[in-house]
Amino acid sequence: MGRYALRFAALGYLGVLLALPVGYVFYRAFEHGFAAAWDSVTTPAAQHAFWLTCEMVAIAVPLNTLFGVICALVLVRQRFRGRALLSAAIDLPFAVSPVVIGLALFLVYGRNGWFGAWLLDHGIQVIFSVPGMVLATIFVSLPFVVREVVPVLREIGTEQEQAAATLGATPLQTFLRITLPAIRWGVAYGVVLTTARALGEFGAISIVSGKLVGQTETLTLHVENRFQAFDLTGAYAAAVVLALMAIGTLLAMNVFKPKEGTR
Amino acid sequence: MSIQVQGATKRFGDFVALDNVSLEVPDGSLTALLGPSGGGKSTLLRVIAGLEDPDSGRVLISGEDATVTPARKRGVGFVFQHYAPFKHMTVRDNVAFGLKIRKTPKDKTRDRVDELLGLVHLEGFADRYPAQLSGGQRQRMALARALAVQPRVLLLDEPFGALDATVRKELRAWLRRLHEEVHVTTIFVTHDQEEAMEVAEQIVVLNHGRIEQVGSPRDLYEMPANEFVMSFVGPVNRLGDGLVRPHDLVLSRDDDAGGIEAMVSRVVHLGFEVRVELTLSDGSPLSAQITRVEADELELSAGDIVYVRTEAPRVFSESERPSETP
Repeated sequence: MGRYALRFAALGYLGVLLALPVGYVFYRAFEHGFAAAWDSVTTPAAQHAFWLTCEMVAIAVPLNTLFGVICALVLVRQRFRGRALLSAAIDLPFAVSPVVIGLALFLVYGRNGWFGAWLLDHGIQVIFSVPGMVLATIFVSLPFVVREVVPVLREIGTEQEQAAATLGATPLQTFLRITLPAIRWGVAYGVVLTTARALGEFGAISIVSGKLVGQTETLTLHVENRFQAFDLTGAYAAAVVLALMAIGTLLAMNVFKPKEGTR
Repeated sequence: MSIQVQGATKRFGDFVALDNVSLEVPDGSLTALLGPSGGGKSTLLRVIAGLEDPDSGRVLISGEDATVTPARKRGVGFVFQHYAPFKHMTVRDNVAFGLKIRKTPKDKTRDRVDELLGLVHLEGFADRYPAQLSGGQRQRMALARALAVQPRVLLLDEPFGALDATVRKELRAWLRRLHEEVHVTTIFVTHDQEEAMEVAEQIVVLNHGRIEQVGSPRDLYEMPANEFVMSFVGPVNRLGDGLVRPHDLVLSRDDDAGGIEAMVSRVVHLGFEVRVELTLSDGSPLSAQITRVEADELELSAGDIVYVRTEAPRVFSESERPSETP
């Protein structure tokens, strides 16, 4: 009986807090028919928001993946002063509210900020523009790959890499043929989480973007915009698009995942 | 290829793993690095392989200074204590790794891997993953992988350490035969004196990061350089100032021939030999090893008084005492 009680508790919790609200959003999106929903997500503003969100993900995820793997290698394989500080700093985006991050970026890159004026003089507008939004997205989704890869690196140890070295492999060959395959699931999971986080970013972006429709409005901002304008079908339909993108990311990982036993 | 280590010192923080170690390993030999754990033997092996940089000192491989040569260019085959299999590769790909790195043609690689898998008796296991192998099989795979690139030197770190007793015995004999076939200069690390004596031609005894003695198994047993070596390579008794092996003790029932009085506390039958545990009048224990025939003649049982003689207990001077931990 205890088994079922536990299972019920776990599923019930998920059901009430997760499945039900999300399911309801799906229901409300298609309340007035598929056509109405389709029309509201194919408006120029919605389409622009969709592609802008994709752009954020396409820039932030590869950069954070590269940085995450390098950073994890440094944290696990090297001993130096300030290592603990680096480790804590990586968790900062978890600890600090995205709104604060947005404000911080505003202070540094805004018109009256440290670099803002200088950058503007050189023709680069960061705040109320795509560069600032990319910075915000990178900032908030930074820790995931590092945090997923660090424990895997720790677990595999250095013996396989040393073995590769005695067999004649250069450090690059060792990384590509031994280390990377060994940590690939940590990286993949980190990428999925980074993508999901980048898709859903709202707080920091809402400050640095200026929410210019058709210019700096991402999908999350578009959802808010439609909601404020009492276009509920538009808001729910855009929310469904966001949810489907996230679910698609999760499924993609499962498709590429090999069968057990070959790991 | 011959290996020379000259004055190698290696510290890990305050711990001195190697303390000015110099060593020569002749070409084609089979050498054991023997000693207690923490004695520096694995560190010495890793320094030779280039996996660890000595703080000072030099490593020469076939006469050439290799101290700053990276591991990948030293031409050494290294078998790790836990084999370090590439878990995401099949046995075939593991063994082929070094050949692929060297861009060996595919058909050549295939032939060489098949040949090696035959040598280590893993013909039917080429397509398995390391997780699907037993400890002994993984060990042999690691050996094949190291041999694939035709190393000038084969280094093995506690090669039998993680295996059960039967497999261990088999692999010892097998390693010996392999060395006769392949004839590559081989150094292996062990803390098991029996293993070192059985497999190696030359034994290097290491303790506290220093070499205590280098010699053949027989030299070590019969002419130990100091107390440490004597007590490490076989059982010993302390008798006065000296040390004596249990089988060098002669027991008799009467004290005509002289000898020290002792009381039998236990008689242990070990098959051909009998171990007699004795207590001296001052209370210190003594262990004698005699043949079954001798034991039958003496009709020993617990509580009997016997007289113990020995040819010459080995007395080591103070300088030959084992070095103390700094």
